[in-house]
Amino acid sequence: MTELIIEAGHTEREYWRDLWRYRELFYFLAWRDLLVRYKQTIVGVGWSVIRPVLTMAILTIVFGKLGKMPSGGVPYPLLVLCGMLPWQFLSSAISESGNSLVANSALISKVYFPRVVIATSSVITSFVDFMISMGFLVALMIWYHRVPSLNLLFFPLFVLLVFSASLGFGLWIAALMVKYRDFRFIVPFIVQFGLYVSPVGFQSTVVPAKYQLLFALNPMVGIIDGFRWSLLGGQLHIFWSSVAIACVETLFIIGSGLWYFRKTEQFFADVI
Amino acid sequence: MSQTAISIEGLGKCYRVGRQQAKGDGLRHAMEAVLRSPVAWIRKRREQSSKEEDFWALRNISAIIPEGDVVGVLGRNGAGKSTLLKVLSRITVPTEGRIKLHGRVASLLEVGTGFHQELTGRENIFLNGAILGMTRAEIIRKFDEIVAFSEIEQFIDTPVKRYSSGMYVRLAFAVAAHLEPEILIVDEVLAVGDTAFQKKCLGKMGSFAASGRTVLFVSHNIEAIRTLCKRAIWLRDGSLMMDGEISSVVDEYSKSLFSEEVPSWDNPDYGICLNKLALKNGRGELTNHFVPGEDLRVEISFQARKRVNRPRFAIGIVGANGSCFTSNMLLDGKFPEYLEGEGTLTCLFKAIPLLPQTYTLKMAVRDETIKDFIFPYKDVTSFNVTGDLAEYGYEGEYVNWASRSTPVVIPYEWHLPDGRREAVSLNRSVRAISNVPHQVQEPSLELDAMQ
Repeated sequence: MTELIIEAGHTEREYWRDLWRYRELFYFLAWRDLLVRYKQTIVGVGWSVIRPVLTMAILTIVFGKLGKMPSGGVPYPLLVLCGMLPWQFLSSAISESGNSLVANSALISKVYFPRVVIATSSVITSFVDFMISMGFLVALMIWYHRVPSLNLLFFPLFVLLVFSASLGFGLWIAALMVKYRDFRFIVPFIVQFGLYVSPVGFQSTVVPAKYQLLFALNPMVGIIDGFRWSLLGGQLHIFWSSVAIACVETLFIIGSGLWYFRKTEQFFADVI
Repeated sequence: MSQTAISIEGLGKCYRVGRQQAKGDGLRHAMEAVLRSPVAWIRKRREQSSKEEDFWALRNISAIIPEGDVVGVLGRNGAGKSTLLKVLSRITVPTEGRIKLHGRVASLLEVGTGFHQELTGRENIFLNGAILGMTRAEIIRKFDEIVAFSEIEQFIDTPVKRYSSGMYVRLAFAVAAHLEPEILIVDEVLAVGDTAFQKKCLGKMGSFAASGRTVLFVSHNIEAIRTLCKRAIWLRDGSLMMDGEISSVVDEYSKSLFSEEVPSWDNPDYGICLNKLALKNGRGELTNHFVPGEDLRVEISFQARKRVNRPRFAIGIVGANGSCFTSNMLLDGKFPEYLEGEGTLTCLFKAIPLLPQTYTLKMAVRDETIKDFIFPYKDVTSFNVTGDLAEYGYEGEYVNWASRSTPVVIPYEWHLPDGRREAVSLNRSVRAISNVPHQVQEPSLELDAMQ
């Protein structure tokens, strides 16, 4: 028979075992969010395709046609879409998982389960959207007759990177939001601002060399470059230093995010 | 029985209240303070944490609950019942002390936690089950049972937002009832739903307990606790008042409810204070135990510093099953022209037709405009009706169910096809008059017509 000890500050021991016990809840909460999202809409799941398509069209027109940015020999829509995939995933994961704890406050104050499940499920929900957009990217690549090179082998690494970064940011913001609702206003701003300092609508080669390092401090630079390089092939330039910076930063973000979340988690029910 | 299911040692839970919260805990304050002067901020933070008032929702709670015990938790609002359950179900961590739990724990602090309005009944069963800690395989296995228990087969694929509140509660309890933990923690979930379903829930909990599992049960329904539990814990202001055999704890608890005087119900705007409320029986003795059919006197002592014109008093008696009867000056119009100085106002309920149960007395006073309350509705006190129903001619097999039945019984008669007439009344004197002996069989006109 299982024995459980509840003590001030000593819940740690049980934590990982509980996380395993509640593993199915990751799926159920993500499933709920997906089921609910498009209820009573006419277009339904279509929205998760329409949104990226429209954004892609706008970015292509603004940066490719009007801004006449270099495309590196790649059709501009493809270039934009490759940048948008990780960016939209990150931004929606941050917004959704940032809000997730507050949105589920009824659950938090009435049932026990590892709270990390809530924040992570929202990231998983965003990941499903990401996969749908991936399907659209594949279709677009076929349309343009692009065949991926061997760089594709690195693609899973970059997906893992963006997933971890999203989760890390998500955990931070979700935990902070419980106490400081100010983040409800800060997050949309960060997301909007982030779009301009990340190479979503353009290539990172556009940035002057002396600012490259500063630019690369944004982890999304390494990640987006990585996406383009691994999906669209070798003629695209990749700064490995940006990728290295992104890796280090991501590790730091997810590590510290987990630490902060764990530290504050036990008081969520009291504060929320 | 010998093994311990829950052991609680010196448990305490402290909440911070006061300054910090009053000032606002927003990010702006935090950032502003850091930016202005980091050193002062650190110093202030230290001071602040000591200046904040500590509120101990629970303190020094120790108890050992053996496996298979069904324990009721009693206490007034704010006594710490919910906090205890929250700590036990790991929703919040204790500040001091420790708890050892042997076995899988399921807690039911609310019916339908995590239900989503947009999802169908079927989808919600899965979602709610998973949230309560069931595995997918378990839910699939018990799915049919859950649906059958909830009695909503036809609506299983309808979004729950279209459910009536009764259906909603039934479905929610059905899911929870099919958890199979070794320890079940239940909070006031039976306060919702209709009577028939409440009985079904109580039955389910009873059988759960009968199968040797441990149950911790909080309810305001003392009778429900009395029927279900063998043992009770009584909390008051965060500390353990009493822990022991059910009937002794319930008796002490009910006594305390009575002895605690109405906490000086004062309204400075009207300059009136209700300083005492006394319940007396037919012989004028102060008590909170009554027998069926006895007179109940409610004596309200007031002190009016100003003249209060035409106040409307209203008293309601509420049983386990809902409101029973009322005396209300808004209805009868028999209000006093004014209250001034000290005095007493009494309402005498004659021959209360109540079955043995625990009742709450609630009261309100409105001012002469009728629109405003001088004292809004509030549960003021409670009393028990006790007595052996056999003395009143009750001889059914399920006479014990009276504690959960509709409480009011007015004199009635059965006219049976064989010509027998049986009169039932909770008022012994009334019964003596109207009771028709079995031997005297006078076929009534109605019976003639039928034959």
